[in-house]
Amino acid sequence: MTSTEAVAGTEIRPFTVEIDQAALDDLRQRIQATRWPEKETVDDQTQGVPLATMKELIRYWGSEYDFGRLEARLGEVPHFITEIDGIDIHFIHVRSPEDNALPIIITHGWPGSFIEMLNVIGPLSDPTAHGGDAEDAFDVVVPSMPGYGFSGKPTTTGWDPVHIARAWIALMKRLGYTRYVAQGGDWGAQITDVMGAEAPPELIGIHSNMPGTVQPDVSKTLAAGPAPEGLSEDERRAWDQLHVVYTKGIGYADEMSLRPQTLYGLADSPAALAAWMLDHDAKSLEDIAAGFDGHPAGNLTPDEVLDNITMTWVTNTGISSGRLYWENTLGFFDVKGATVPAAVSVFPRELYQAPRSWTEQAYPNLIYFNEVDEGNHFAAWQEPEIFTNELRAAFRPLRDERRSS
Amino acid sequence: MTTVETATEIRPFTIEIPAEQIADLRERIAATRWPSKELVDDDSQGVQLATLKAIADYWMTDYDFGRIEERLNALPQFTTEIDGIEIHFIHIQSQHEDALPLIITHGWPGSVIEMLDVIGPLADPTAHGGTAEDAFHLVIPSIPGYGLSEEPPEAGWDTARVGEAWAELMSRLGYTSYVAQGGDQGAGVTDAMGRQAPDGLMGVHFNFLGAAPRELLMATLNLRLAFSGDDREQFSKFIAVAMRGYIAEMGEHPQTIGYSLLDSPIGLAAWMLDHDADSYEKISRAFVDGQVSGNLTRDNILDNITLYWLTGTGASTSRLYWEYGLSAKAAFKNPPPHVKLPVAYTVFPDELFQSPRHWVKHAYHNLIYFNEAEKGGHFAAWEEPEIFAGEMRSAFRSIRDDGRSS
Repeated sequence: MTSTEAVAGTEIRPFTVEIDQAALDDLRQRIQATRWPEKETVDDQTQGVPLATMKELIRYWGSEYDFGRLEARLGEVPHFITEIDGIDIHFIHVRSPEDNALPIIITHGWPGSFIEMLNVIGPLSDPTAHGGDAEDAFDVVVPSMPGYGFSGKPTTTGWDPVHIARAWIALMKRLGYTRYVAQGGDWGAQITDVMGAEAPPELIGIHSNMPGTVQPDVSKTLAAGPAPEGLSEDERRAWDQLHVVYTKGIGYADEMSLRPQTLYGLADSPAALAAWMLDHDAKSLEDIAAGFDGHPAGNLTPDEVLDNITMTWVTNTGISSGRLYWENTLGFFDVKGATVPAAVSVFPRELYQAPRSWTEQAYPNLIYFNEVDEGNHFAAWQEPEIFTNELRAAFRPLRDERRSS
Repeated sequence: MTTVETATEIRPFTIEIPAEQIADLRERIAATRWPSKELVDDDSQGVQLATLKAIADYWMTDYDFGRIEERLNALPQFTTEIDGIEIHFIHIQSQHEDALPLIITHGWPGSVIEMLDVIGPLADPTAHGGTAEDAFHLVIPSIPGYGLSEEPPEAGWDTARVGEAWAELMSRLGYTSYVAQGGDQGAGVTDAMGRQAPDGLMGVHFNFLGAAPRELLMATLNLRLAFSGDDREQFSKFIAVAMRGYIAEMGEHPQTIGYSLLDSPIGLAAWMLDHDADSYEKISRAFVDGQVSGNLTRDNILDNITLYWLTGTGASTSRLYWEYGLSAKAAFKNPPPHVKLPVAYTVFPDELFQSPRHWVKHAYHNLIYFNEAEKGGHFAAWEEPEIFAGEMRSAFRSIRDDGRSS
């Protein structure tokens, strides 16, 4: 417990992403050597990622994708690493040029990463350069969850969403932020909800694009059914959507929850990793497949998608990222008990469209609820403009409070 | 007319594995990129890194890649087209005239490799401590999409359709009275045959309870209130079977996991090893500690995995689970006819769950034989060929006697 150790423990080190050329060469070789299964026996995606989509992805990856673009893109934003609870946490940290910027920590999910957020960092931190007002500026912190991206891989169990939420609270404190907001989708939504439940005094609000709104009595009917009596029309629609998730769209999550280590192919085969990452949910798979078919949905272009997959490959985090499912004990869509002011944006192609009624019950301090026109599970990634506008609108009331106080 | 003859023709078959395929496999094993070690000191996160590294080591340096060709080509193999699919099967005619024809169906992640060591004791009992009266003619087919059978290009090949193909196969081989046996998915196929009751089928044997879904649920659930502690234990094991992640993934999206199973030998090996806790522990011990359980030797295990790799059937084998999802749902709404044929059942002590006799009796009213074997797990024929052969002899003895006296 010498002071130098204490300093070393809380030190924040600048970090430059360097991707080993030999690793990229090896990746390209493996892509070229892909050994294929036969075509699925159906004409849709009900047996998983269609062969035609995968063949186009592998063709593009091997012959058109620019392997230099990842390092180049990542070089455009400042990265840092700091150790929290024994794990090196990687994060992007962009301070706004505006004085009154509101600090925000944005958390990705699976199979995502900070790559999802690259196109919202500019508009959020420097709004005047992106058609916004100086009053909407954010200082942006985008960390990589342990086991993801350039963060360290835990070597012991215990890094569940609650632990990560507490690490993020420590991270924001270490960065000196005394008033900030938090945002997330997918796992990031759960972590953000947990932060909202932990409610450290510095956290003045949260925003979610995959809110946990399902009460326990409803949650326990989602897999086996039947739907509870007395649901309104939009509640019943949400229940039906989640019922489909729990009965037809949960195989990958089951495997990672129970046996993440068994997925050795994710470390050994680029095609295996890409297919596994594409198969998150039916609508995002449709959208990504459309991109490889020459019709990208929003910002989900082949290059964007492959940046994320390539980053996951070079960091060999296919399995370490999947372990979060094994660690988790929370219900994916359940109410987490956030008490701080909460804002929710409902995207029309998200796994489910949270009804306003459930959202109001789940977040007693709901300050913002909006249903947007476009976007799937990967809201920030696919629709950076809509997402940016949502965060500006959602947190405006909290800024006003600060100014008037 | 010539087309019909061609379609029902039975052609001798030998397997030939191109050397380049073996070279490519070895290169891929050598080039394996590994994940970090699991975070626990047991197998609760899946197949352990140390186990898989031991397998990769043995596969690369000690395993004889000529074994599959040698072992399979030592046996009479054939192919014939049924329902548009080229079906591969091993066919052993016993030297004993009165031998009882028996069709044995493997499951997932199995293949005909599981059955190779029961062939001698069943077809040639006098050379294996049995009597001539115990002899069987053996038909051991590969399920469509598995091993050396052709891969169905369209959906619809569920266990019932496989059962119909097997009846056609037995008829085409000229067998007018025969019995059928299966475990795992093979139990599903054999159960379907029992319900279809094709001409000539006299009885069935199971080493796994793969009955029609409604009967299965009724058998396990209906009597639950009266259950003993053992029943409750078996019920929770039964439910745990359905909770395995691999079943969920292959049932939903076999194509997605298929990319891993086709492109990465280690991805394939891990997925195949993770079938159930007991067989995983036994196989793991064989590779890590050299402690072999029964006949589950390192070479036998790698014969099966290597066959899956060389035939490139990781995705097509998984599709049977997807098909099961659809057919089980349909069967729940419109239950198939009951099995009226005589049913024999053997419980192996390390199987996924040990069906109490009354579960089996509930699913199969005409239960002529029920026995608890002393050793063996999910891969009963593979792990304990002697015990398995003994069970076949005992289970079908009364059916032979009936056939003789009539």
